[in-house]
This record gives sequence, structure tokens and C-alpha cells, in this order.
Amino acid sequence: MIQDTPDQSGRLERLVGPADQELSCEECFDFLDAYVELEVTGTAPSADARSPKMRAHLEGCSACRDDHDSLLAFVRSGRTDPG
Amino acid sequence: MTLATDVDVWREDPTGAAASTEPLALSASAGFAWGVTRRSSRAIGDAVTGDPGAPSDDWVYRLSHAGPDRDAAIAALHALLLRAARFEVNRRGAVFPNLHGADLDDLACQSADDAMMSILRRLADFRGESRFTTWACKFALVEAGAKVRRHAWRGREIPLTAESLSADADNAPLPDAHAEAQMLLIAVREEVKQHLTARQRAVFVAVALNDVPIDVVADRLNTTRGAVYKTLHDARRKLRVALNARGLAIEGERA
Repeated sequence: MIQDTPDQSGRLERLVGPADQELSCEECFDFLDAYVELEVTGTAPSADARSPKMRAHLEGCSACRDDHDSLLAFVRSGRTDPG
Repeated sequence: MTLATDVDVWREDPTGAAASTEPLALSASAGFAWGVTRRSSRAIGDAVTGDPGAPSDDWVYRLSHAGPDRDAAIAALHALLLRAARFEVNRRGAVFPNLHGADLDDLACQSADDAMMSILRRLADFRGESRFTTWACKFALVEAGAKVRRHAWRGREIPLTAESLSADADNAPLPDAHAEAQMLLIAVREEVKQHLTARQRAVFVAVALNDVPIDVVADRLNTTRGAVYKTLHDARRKLRVALNARGLAIEGERA
């Protein structure tokens, strides 16, 4: 019998993804810029409240999570200003 | 494809709108022609960003009206997109040591060009929910990330068949030497074989067990990233039910 430990549960969760309802990749892309700006301005809870499916998708989709992390890092670097 | 070519392609819009000084119809496919004015778009941008100096409206206005001002805006935007694309390829390039400097810069330039095309095509989709530059940079970063992943996986075999499950799962990142982890993998493997369709199995083996980027899998399956993720989502849902039935509780479903 497999002993269900917290570590194993975490492994399982990564494999089977989030249980919550999610956005699609296309919807995630559409909302990504607004979501990141809300995070940068310190209102990420507002972003999650506005679309809890966004957070679930970012947990489940590594490619969209990469895109999110990149945009967040780029915006935080201040390089979005032209010039 | 060069930026100049991109701009020329755009100017040859069959609607002929590009030759006019009136607002351009940039999104005929969406059934919406730009009719935004400086006043209305500024109101949108200000309301959303809370920044009176937010230049989002200026970007949209300049990019959607023919003339030298638009050319200058396109040039400035392309420089920004190239900066974002280089940021991304350098970030991702560190993860893929087989990518070299020339490859990376070429990918960055292609990404900036492709992003510019997408932005001009989808300008009407900008709703002012973020700064225009954040919205635009999103296209360049996503393009660059996908191109780096595809380039890094070019020529590499991807486990997509059911037959690859046993052999590849043994080397998957999930298990370690721990006996319980091996047993867990065996349980997952059994449920994968029993409950998933061939396509769900292929996607799950590649993406979830072997960490193949989803857009790389989409290319190999000749479909879209969104379609692959939908398949993965459906596969995960089946596995979640099956593993729960085995008594393997998953976080978030313990309550």
C-alpha cells in the first residue's frame, strides 16, 4: 500500500494540476498584462479576486507561468518605457 | 522578415485604409473598425492606469493613423519589442546551453518582428486594461519564449506514444530512489494506461511526466498550445478521480 505523505501529495498535485476551474491559455494571454500590472502595483489579491481562474491556470500551465514570470520580471525591471 | 517588410505588408491592407489619414480599420476580422479619438482613448487609459501621463492613447492613435507620426511610433515600438525579446531570450538561453549568442539574437529579432505583426493586427483588441507598452511587450516576450523553447528542442525526440510511457516514465523527474515514490509512479502509470485516451496519454507523458514544453508538443502534434493544454486538463481530471479512488488524496481535495 502506498503511504500518502505530504511530499507525495505535492508530487501528485503537480502531476494532476489544480482542482479549481481554470482559464484557457488564450484567455490567460489576454488577461496577462493587466494581471501583471495589478501584481506590480501590489494589488495581486485584487487580480486573483477578479479572476481566480487565472491563478489556477498559472499553477497548472508551465508555459503560461513562464510567460507570466517573464512579463512580471520585465515590467519590474522598468524596461517597458520606450527610449 | 524585416521590420520594413512587416510595415509594407501592413500598409498594403486590402481595405485601402492605410492610405488614408482617417483612423485605420485594423481588425476587420474582429468586426470592429478603429474609431477611437485622442479624447476617448485617453479617458480609457487614465481610468485604468490612474496615471494622467499614461501614453497608451498616444500609442494607439499614432499607430492607427497613417503618416510620418505612425512610422516613428512603429520604429519606437519595434525598439521596445526588441528589448523585450532580447530580455527573454537571454533569460531562457541560460537554461538551454546549446543555444549560442548568434542564435539567440536571431531569435530575438524574429520575435520582435512577429510581435510587431501581431500587435498591428490586434491593435483593436487593446482595451486599456494595462499600459500599452505592457500589453505590447507581452507579445514579444511570449513570442521569444516560444521560439527559444522550440529551438532548444529542435531535433530532439519527444515521447508522445503510449509505448514510451514505461521506458520514459522510469526517467521522469517525478520519481527518485525512494521506494514510495516509485510505487506512486507505478500507480500513476497504471491509471494513465487504464483511463486515458491515446492522445491524452501522449500529451500527459510528454508534458506532465517529461517536462516537454507545451508549445513544442503542440508543434509536433500540429495543433495549438491551447488545444494541447485542454487535452492535458482533461487527462488530469480523469487521473485525479482515479487516483483519489485509490486513496491517494491530493491537496485541495482533502476537505
